[in-house]
Order: sequence, then C-alpha cells, then structure tokens
Amino acid sequence: MSESTARPRGKTKWLLSTNAVLVYLFFYAPIILLFVFSFSDNRNVGTWGGFTLGWYRDFADNEPIQDAIWVSLRVAFITTVVSVVLGTMAALALERFKFRGQRVFDALLYLPIIIPDVTMAVMMLLFFSQGLDIVNELFGTQAGKGLTTITLSHIAFCISFVSVVVRARLNGMDERLEEAALDLYATRWKTFRHVTLPLIAPGVAGGALLALTLSLDDVVITQFAAGPGSTTLPVYVFGLIRRGVTPLINAVSVVMLAVSILLVLLSLLLQRRGDKETAPVDPGVKAA
Amino acid sequence: MTIAEAPAPPPEAIDEGPIVEAEAATPEFERAAEKAESRRGFLIALPAYAYLVLFFAIPLVIVAIYSFGTRNRFGDTELSGWNLDAYRKLTEPLLRDIFLRSLWLAILTTLICLVVAYPFAYFLATRTPTIRNVMLVFVMIPFWSNFLVRNFAWRVILGTDGPLSTATSAVGLGDTRILFTPTAVVLGLVYGYLPFMILPLYAAIERIDLGLVEASRDLYASGWQTFRRVLLPLSMPGVIAGSILVFIPSLGAYVTPEILGGAKSTLLGSYIVTQFLTARNWPVGASLSFTLTVIMLFATILYFRKGGRTL
Amino acid sequence: MGTTVTDTAETETPVSDDRSGESAVGIRGITKRFGDVVAVDNISLDIANGEFFALLGPSGCGKTTTLRMIAGLEFPTEGSLTIFGQEVGTLPPNKRPVNTVFQNYALFPHLDINDNVGFGLKMKKVKKQEIASRVDEALAMVRLTHMGKRRPTQLSGGQQQRIALARALVNRPKVLLLDEPLGALDLKLRQEMQSELKSLQRELGITFVFVTHDQEEALTMSDRIAVMDRGQLLQVDPPEAIYERPANRFVADFIGQTNLLEGTVQDATTVCLLNGARIPLDSGLAAGTQVAVILRPERATIEPRDEATTGRSSVEGVIRSITYLGNAIVYRVGLDWMELDVREENRPDSHRLDVGEDVVVSWDDRAVAVVSE
Repeated sequence: MSESTARPRGKTKWLLSTNAVLVYLFFYAPIILLFVFSFSDNRNVGTWGGFTLGWYRDFADNEPIQDAIWVSLRVAFITTVVSVVLGTMAALALERFKFRGQRVFDALLYLPIIIPDVTMAVMMLLFFSQGLDIVNELFGTQAGKGLTTITLSHIAFCISFVSVVVRARLNGMDERLEEAALDLYATRWKTFRHVTLPLIAPGVAGGALLALTLSLDDVVITQFAAGPGSTTLPVYVFGLIRRGVTPLINAVSVVMLAVSILLVLLSLLLQRRGDKETAPVDPGVKAA
Repeated sequence: MTIAEAPAPPPEAIDEGPIVEAEAATPEFERAAEKAESRRGFLIALPAYAYLVLFFAIPLVIVAIYSFGTRNRFGDTELSGWNLDAYRKLTEPLLRDIFLRSLWLAILTTLICLVVAYPFAYFLATRTPTIRNVMLVFVMIPFWSNFLVRNFAWRVILGTDGPLSTATSAVGLGDTRILFTPTAVVLGLVYGYLPFMILPLYAAIERIDLGLVEASRDLYASGWQTFRRVLLPLSMPGVIAGSILVFIPSLGAYVTPEILGGAKSTLLGSYIVTQFLTARNWPVGASLSFTLTVIMLFATILYFRKGGRTL
Repeated sequence: MGTTVTDTAETETPVSDDRSGESAVGIRGITKRFGDVVAVDNISLDIANGEFFALLGPSGCGKTTTLRMIAGLEFPTEGSLTIFGQEVGTLPPNKRPVNTVFQNYALFPHLDINDNVGFGLKMKKVKKQEIASRVDEALAMVRLTHMGKRRPTQLSGGQQQRIALARALVNRPKVLLLDEPLGALDLKLRQEMQSELKSLQRELGITFVFVTHDQEEALTMSDRIAVMDRGQLLQVDPPEAIYERPANRFVADFIGQTNLLEGTVQDATTVCLLNGARIPLDSGLAAGTQVAVILRPERATIEPRDEATTGRSSVEGVIRSITYLGNAIVYRVGLDWMELDVREENRPDSHRLDVGEDVVVSWDDRAVAVVSE
C-alpha cells in the first residue's frame, strides 16, 4: 500500500493532512479551552485570571446540582438495565426468528433513532399529560410527571439503539455455532446462555454504554417529560446556561466531559478485548 | 478399496436413558414445528414490541390527534371538533420563514460537513491500520462526549470577552461578534455533527477497492478527475448516509440554536418548544412536530431505497 | 475406551435394544421441500452398522440437506428416519444419539479446547471428573494431548479439524456425521487426514456418514457411496461397483474421468455406435434402446494408425491435443462425431505421439460398461 498511487502524495498529501490536523484542532480546541478556563480565577469565563480550584469547590457544594446528578444517575441506571434487556431480546427476535408482523416491528424499532428529539419530547409530553389524567381518574391518585416518566421516556428511545448494536453483533456471529451446540445436546436456552450470549457480550456491553451515554446526555426529552422538583443534570445546566454563562457551569461541564470521555474509553477498551476473545475461527488460516 | 472383512462391533452402550417415542415426519409436523418457532420468536420480541407500541407508537398517534385540535382561550386544547387550523397556520409567512431558515441552515451545515469530512475520510482511509485506529479513536472521543457541554464550549469561546475575541483584538481585528448569529449556530451544528459525516464516509471509502484509484491514475486521470469519476460515485452511499445523518438532526435542532443562536432568529426546534412551554398552542406545536417527523421519515425511506445500508 | 455407563448422566437419547441386525441409519421415503423447491426427493437407503458411508454429488444435490436431517438440524417434510430402528426424524438434534463434525468446524471461539471438547458432556450433566478423563481420552485419540488449554484460534486448520472430531466422538455417538470435513485442508494434509479418519473409524467401529463433492475422496475412504443429483438418489454401491458399473450417465460422468460413446442396442450381443461400428457387448437391454458406452480414458489404448493392433474394438481419429501430467499423458483424440480422452502412463517405452497424428483408439470389451439413461 505504501507505493500505491491511491495514497496521496506531494501537494495533495500536504493539503489532506493539513485538513486533518485542522479538523482535530477544531474538535479539541474548545474542549481544551474549556478545561483550561475552568481553573481560571475570573468571574468572566473566557478570560484568564490565575489558577484556582474554587469553581470545583463550588460545584461540590452546590446542592441543586448534586441533587440533579443523583437523579441523572438513577434514571440512567434503570434505563440502561431495562433497555439492554429489551433491546437484546428485540435483536434476537429479529435476527434469529421469522414471525408475522416482523417487518412492522423492525420499522417501529428504527423510528426512535430517526425521529428528532423535539418531536419525541412533544410525544412524551402529550402522552403523559393524557395518560396521567386517565390514571388519576381511574385510581384517584395524584400522580404527576417525575422520575418515572423521565425513565420511561429514556427507555423508549434507548431500546432501539441497543438493538441496533446487538443486531450487528448477532449478524456477524456464525449461526453454525448455535447448531453445533444443539448437536451437542444443549437445549435452546443453554445454547443461548453458553454460546450466543458470550459471543454477543461485547455488543451488549457496547449497547449498554450507548444507552448510558444517551440517557445521561439527554436534554429536550427529559425537559418535557420531567415534572416540578425532579430534574436531571443536563436539563439543570441547560437552564443555567440560558440565564448566563458562569464559571460554575464551566466546572460542571468539565466534570460531565470527563465522565463521558471515560465512558468512551471504557467502551473502546471493552470492545477491543471482546473482539479478541470472540473472533470467529477461520479454518483456512494457519496458526502463526 | 477392500470392504471390511468382519462386521464391526456394535457401538458401546452410551448413557442410556428413557426411550423417547417419535413419529415419522409429515408436512403437518413440519408446519407445526415452524409455527412453534415463529411463536417463540414473537414472544421474545413481545416485551420490546409492547413497550414501543405503548410508549412510542401511541404517543406519536396522540401528537397526530392533537395536531387536529384547537387552542381555546385559556391555552388549553380542545380535542372535539377536529380541524386543520393548526396545519393551516404552518403555511403562514411567519412559519414559512422559520421553516426556510431552518432548512437553509441544515443544508448549509450538511454541505460544510461534507466538504470538510470527505478529504478527512479519504486521508483516514489511506493510512496504515494502526494509525487509522488511533485516528478513529480520537474522532470518537469528542463525538461521544456530552453534547450540551460541547455547545457550551463554543458559547464561551465566541463570547465578546471570550478567547476568540481576545485573540482577534490582539491582532487588531476588533471584537468578534459571531455569537447569537446564524453563523454561530452553523458552527455549533457542524461541530456537533461532523463525526456523523466522517464515519459513514470513512466506512464507504474504506470499502472501495483502492486498486480502482490506481487504475484510474494508470489511465492518465488527474487527481480531480479520479475523484469525480471514480471515488465520488463509489462512495455515494456513504455521502448519502452521512448527509442524512447530519441533515435530520440539524433540521430539528434545539439545544444548539438555543445556546448559540439566541432569541433573534427562531428555528423550528425552538418554535416547537415555545408552543408548548410559553405560547401554549399545543395543536400548532403538534402539527409542526408531526410534519417535521414525516419529512424526516421521507428522507430516511429515500435513503434506504437508494440501497443504503443500516445505520 | 471405557465401557462403564454413568448412571448420573441425564439424557433422553432414544435407545434400541437389538443393535446387531438393525441398520445404523434407516431412511424411508424422505422428502424435504423448501417452499416450491424439492431439495430431497423421496429417497430411501440403509446405512449399516460400522459402515464408512459417503453421500456424494455436486453442490445443490441434496446431500448436505440429507445429512442435516439425520443430524436433526432440519426436519423432513415426509418420510421416516430411524437410528438403529428408533424413529428420530421428528426429534430435535439435542435428543439424537448423533454428533456432527461441521464443515468449518464450528469450534467455540470463546472456550478453550478442553471446554470445547467437553461441551456435549457438560450439557448432558456428566460429572466433572468424568468429563476431564473422557476429554483427555478424546484428545489422545486425535493426538493433540497437550492442547487442552489453548484457544481454537491458536490452532492450525488440521488441528482444528481433529478437535472438532474429538468434540463429536467424546460423546460416543451411535452415528458420526461429517459435513465436507476435509474441504478446507490442503492436498497433503487432506490425504493424511483421509487415512487417519479411515483408521479411526475402523478402530472405533462407529458408523461414519460423510458428505463430499470430491469423488476421489469418496472412492478412497468409503465402504459404500450414495450418489445424488438434484435431490434424487442415483446409485448406492461400494466404490468399485460405482466406478466399474455406474447406474447411469450422470454417475459415470461424475465419478472419475470418462468417455461416453453414444449408440443403440442392436441385439443381445451387440451395441451399434453412432459411427456405425459394432461393439460386442451384452447390455441386457432391449433392442433399439439408446445407450452410452462408458470407456474410461485409462482403459483405452492409443496407437499410431499404421501400427494398430487388430482384433479389438476400436475407433479412428486424429490427436487434437496432448496434456502432460507428469505421471501420465492425456491425449485428446478427435473422431468424426466426438472427441475422447485417452490416458497413458508415462513410461519410457510409451509411444511418443504428436498433435495431428492419425491414431487408433482401442479397448478390451470387458473393460467397458453400458448405461441407458
């Protein structure tokens, strides 16, 4: 490949690599600047005024923010667990079986991915308004929007994302392995437990991290599905930002950034390890 | 080949167990077995299916229903007496302007992403595997990090006392006043969605047999001609995929315009949200959301028809 | 191989009491339809206990589908399938006393060799110690004793194949099925494995049923071969009979190289070829039947026309091309109405003929066969 004429050389190569460098700069400069300025001792976020950890201290002491973090974590945890289970089951049903209404199900599963989050937010708002009215009438309760409705909304869009990832994994898996398991006296369930599940585990883990990230990140849908008194971190920070830019927000942002970057690296690591363990065995390839 | 001289010994007794009675095969049995399998699949799909019908399909239908409702004096919605008023309102100049503005910004964003991402993707695809993986990881990291925060970062940078302003002042160009203009919004959208363009493009280009590029060079084509006649057509699925992945969220964007665009020029996303939060005109909000969804659905179906692969 | 029966093992493997006289696999009127396509069309055959049996045919002939039906990975649309007299056609694969060696081995990549080989035993809830000893036994049988802790990806193709074999045999199945087991191996390795498989089967006495499209492989290894084409069973016979007395054109053409000389039956002792030549052959068919005389290239002799021996059945022609194979030379001879191949061993005293030379191709009448379809 090194001598291929397809590989850019000379002027083209220079242009292309400059473009690449600029793109990376474009990506990382804002993040780095944000990080730097979070230590700046200046009311004005964009100006440098000496090093301080004060903003982080404020962050740790700020009660509404800590509450919001706690809400976010709880919602994200439940969302991840439920959407991973349902999403994996959906993926299995679509990849390993044929049943009536399968295509409708497939299309339904794709919709949450395509739909803009504003629309989804509106959907959730209207649904819960109506739904809660009906429930309250029927059961004489006073239920309102809150943690439950937020979680229910998050699960609604996370299932699809999980299923896409797991489906890709199932697709790439050799079905003969499942046949081999049956041939070796395994029941359907045991085949799933001992063969299929270990082999799609990286996909399931990837889906889980995806769901976690999406849930932690979401703003609009949460805003519309939330009620008074319960708010997640992104929604709270969004509200703060609209009122004005403060160094506190900066500190919070950097923490959020650090967490999400950590999650990315974690998922990449797991994926790398998972791929090694479960790489398909090619009989034509001789051992090194 | 000699045939065995003596009959082979019978296989040794294996783990004996209770005798299972079975019958000869018939088409009915085959059908019943297939049905049982089908049912199993349906049951496995059922939890997710039911959940999505309840918490997605029905809400979508409710939005459609509301879009036919009317807003009464108190800001509540009357659902009796269906009409198309909410849809008619969409054709008014105010909304037409908003729609065209949003459309224009989305197209602009998509084009910019395309122009920036294509060379990047090509460069990426022509690196050695190790470098490629490292480069991809560094694209993924900002891609996955919190969306809100990335918009906030630009808010800080573009502010009148932000670092960009400071830098340009120092050079004598005066303060930058990009914030709260459409430029800022496009910038924010490009920043947010560029990876959505890079990844499908990269995937499509990587799949192309680069021997074809070599062949093209061998046949006296210049770099530009090779690009236009060989690369571009072959990477078209990636171009389409990336464009849709950028266009759709850009059209319905809410967070980015709110943070970087300010109140001056309203876009679709913000307008819809206001209908529900402040203006309290739910039918119009619903009709707009629904229309937006139909447009996006259309675009996606078009993509799949053109032989696009799964996202 | 131990003979104890573990009474803690839980299985529901069907068992037949009388095993010495029953066929290992009994197939009666088995048909498999996929929608409108008939993959296997009403075939019946018996595979004897201890036989090394081959299902041979071109791709799409239904041999793999048949094997899968024996394994239980497909259910027949119609018909009866028995293992030692016990009807199993409608049982799922995990309830049959049959194990399969898959074409691409299907070794579990996420398990080490020990766990791979012991998988079936674990599923049958055999005790851990017994699993360990039986796995060791199986690995020794395929001569891969110290590979237990390795992963499938660390093994070569030939080793993976032997592990797949061990994984199947460790369960002491009544019938072992092999789906194109040697396809992925290179020539040398394939020949090694052919003799290994053959001696293993002899030693164990288990019935082996294997699927292949390589007729040479089938001829080398099997006790009997079933030739299939387009879902139908064409002939079931030992290799010698398949080669010497093929049942029809397809079998004749598919197995080995052959020349088919078209003609008609004149009477009880003669067949008349297209060029008018009369061949003394007792075809046992009615006069007027369209037949083809099967002349294997190595059974024909080629001589220059002016030196030809007389008194044998022969045809005249011109050499069109010569192919040098190292151990043999193949002459393609053009006759008036067709071309035929003659294969001569490359000996120092062989005729040295040239392209374009006039030759006579002759043969011993006892060395040909006749088919009608």
